Amino acid sequence: MYAYTDRIREIARRLLSEDRVDLVIGYRKGTVPFMNEPFAARTPEQADRLWWDSFCGANLANYLPRRTDRVGIVVKGCDSRNVVVQILENQIPRDKLFIIGAPCKGMLDRRRIAAELGGKDALVAEEKNGRVLVQGRGFEVDLDRGAFLQENCSICIHRNPVIYDELAADLVEEQSGVDRYADVRQVEAMTSESRWEYFEELIRPCIRCYACRNACPQCYCPTCFVDESAPQWVGKTLDPTDTRTFHFLRAYHLAGRCTDCGACERACPVGIKVRQFTKKLEKDVKELYGYEVGLSLEERPPLDTFKPGDPESFIM
Amino acid sequence: MMSDRFVSKDGLKDGIRRLMERRAVIGPVFRGQYHEFAQLAQVDELDLTFQNSRLSPKGLFHPHSDRMFTYSLAKNDPEAGILKEAPQDYSPRVAVGIRPCDARAFQLDDANFETETIKDPWWVRRREATTLVGLGCNQPCATCFCTTVGTGPFDTAGLDVLLVDLGDGYLARPVTEKGRKLLDEAGFAAAAPAEASSRAGELRKAAEQSLGKLFSTEAIAGQNTLELFNAAFWDEVQFSCINCGTCTFLCPTCWCFDIQDEVSGEKGDRLRLWDSCMFPLFTHHGSGHNPRSQKLQRVRQRFMHKLKYYQDKYHLGAACVGCGRCVSHCPVNIDIRQVAQLMSASCIC
Repeated sequence: MYAYTDRIREIARRLLSEDRVDLVIGYRKGTVPFMNEPFAARTPEQADRLWWDSFCGANLANYLPRRTDRVGIVVKGCDSRNVVVQILENQIPRDKLFIIGAPCKGMLDRRRIAAELGGKDALVAEEKNGRVLVQGRGFEVDLDRGAFLQENCSICIHRNPVIYDELAADLVEEQSGVDRYADVRQVEAMTSESRWEYFEELIRPCIRCYACRNACPQCYCPTCFVDESAPQWVGKTLDPTDTRTFHFLRAYHLAGRCTDCGACERACPVGIKVRQFTKKLEKDVKELYGYEVGLSLEERPPLDTFKPGDPESFIM
Repeated sequence: MMSDRFVSKDGLKDGIRRLMERRAVIGPVFRGQYHEFAQLAQVDELDLTFQNSRLSPKGLFHPHSDRMFTYSLAKNDPEAGILKEAPQDYSPRVAVGIRPCDARAFQLDDANFETETIKDPWWVRRREATTLVGLGCNQPCATCFCTTVGTGPFDTAGLDVLLVDLGDGYLARPVTEKGRKLLDEAGFAAAAPAEASSRAGELRKAAEQSLGKLFSTEAIAGQNTLELFNAAFWDEVQFSCINCGTCTFLCPTCWCFDIQDEVSGEKGDRLRLWDSCMFPLFTHHGSGHNPRSQKLQRVRQRFMHKLKYYQDKYHLGAACVGCGRCVSHCPVNIDIRQVAQLMSASCIC
């Protein structure tokens, strides 16, 4: 893991000193365990502050839309697919980017680890050989990293960046035999009444802070529909109608665009599994159009093209 | 001088059960994945082993969505268009397990809602109706920095009663007359032995010692406002911010709100809703102009308001109680402790 850090610093230092980019977007080590902060290195010296470990879950593609400078950016598999979508949607030109690929074995879920610690306060976390050593006041635990992956990472089938100019490490083996939609099928199998209850309960804790939306690299609209005030489309209260409208529309805006990077779920301060909405749409797009988001710069996304053979069964 | 009392752990439950017969009792309850302050249906829901609630208890006095007025728009209604105060429940209630930092935050918020000239009736009435029973923090979290910002793990300033967990029971220290009456009502009459009070003192000392002083709010107050405003470090601080409302919505001292009308058919409601200076819409003028259209301006505003403007305006210290919620839950790890260090550094040019 820490070899990545050295390599990322080395690449960033070179890019900045050779004036090939104006900044390199990566992470710096967090101030609390299990967290790192997105960081822009603008000088070769600042490149030495870049960092990499299993807590780089924030999706850096979020910082790209509408940039006009020359950007170096560190991407995991999922992030690279978001970059592809942004290029396809004309949010950032490919030739302004220097993409540093970071083959990924999955990011760790800080809330899962916190739950395992049962309220004990972690002070230091260190990774070694597939283990995470967590220390706090008067305790020390040794965790198997594989058991604490973010949920989206445990079912990820694109760990390697799909687009890059240079790699920070050798490519990793992709996971095979993964069932990506077991949970979606469970929800699909419910009666409409119990499905309704399931989603109502899912979003009950929502405080409308929009962390899910703002953490998403695909939510780049200059004005989001929830922020329109003339006319105002959605109420701002915690009335279930308003909360529901926000979550449903947000998910639909991501149909055929979401890469299941998990940034939304990771950001939610009240722990809502917001991917339950977007994953269903991901499954539908795959089944209806045979399309997986962000794998190719050559193919237009299914929802901005028409083909005579497109399925029409859902058109009334 | 009101003297300390001692309550056994079972005795506390009995007393709360007694209080619940007469009034609503609110306390930390574990729901889903974290603790939240909610009205207890049963005394066993109360979990005083909690570290801190995910959301601050500010919602007790300043709910996320609050119906202030209702009105009619019916053509033939002689009272059409007249705002009528929406009915609210202001009956007496008790909040148990409030952390001293959160209670201190209510006092800092009072500076906005209850002044010599302006009294926000919703805030004031809810405050008056509520007795605050605090719980001292024997083991502050790693993200806590209450002593740095002028409060502490056993600060009684914002409380009516302070409970201290002594292991075998609680020391109950009445702080106000309201608190003393509550202890009587709950039947917590036994005087605490001197040994219990001294144990509580030791716990306090140990908790305070576990917290270092991380920055100086006085130094920030002493800075030149414009120099701070124009400091170069804001560019680096703001980079990672995604402008969500996590920090402001979880914060006990962020009180900003928006007022909106919602109309359905011939009925209307005037609502007060949490708002956030992180949102571009917060300062969007009717003209279309936005004085804080850039992320840097919004991020700077949040820290300047908490750590500088509030101090300058009210002389009550910073509008931060060091609860650490924003530190723990910011999705991109923006850490107010570090920002405050940058702001308090002697040379900021």
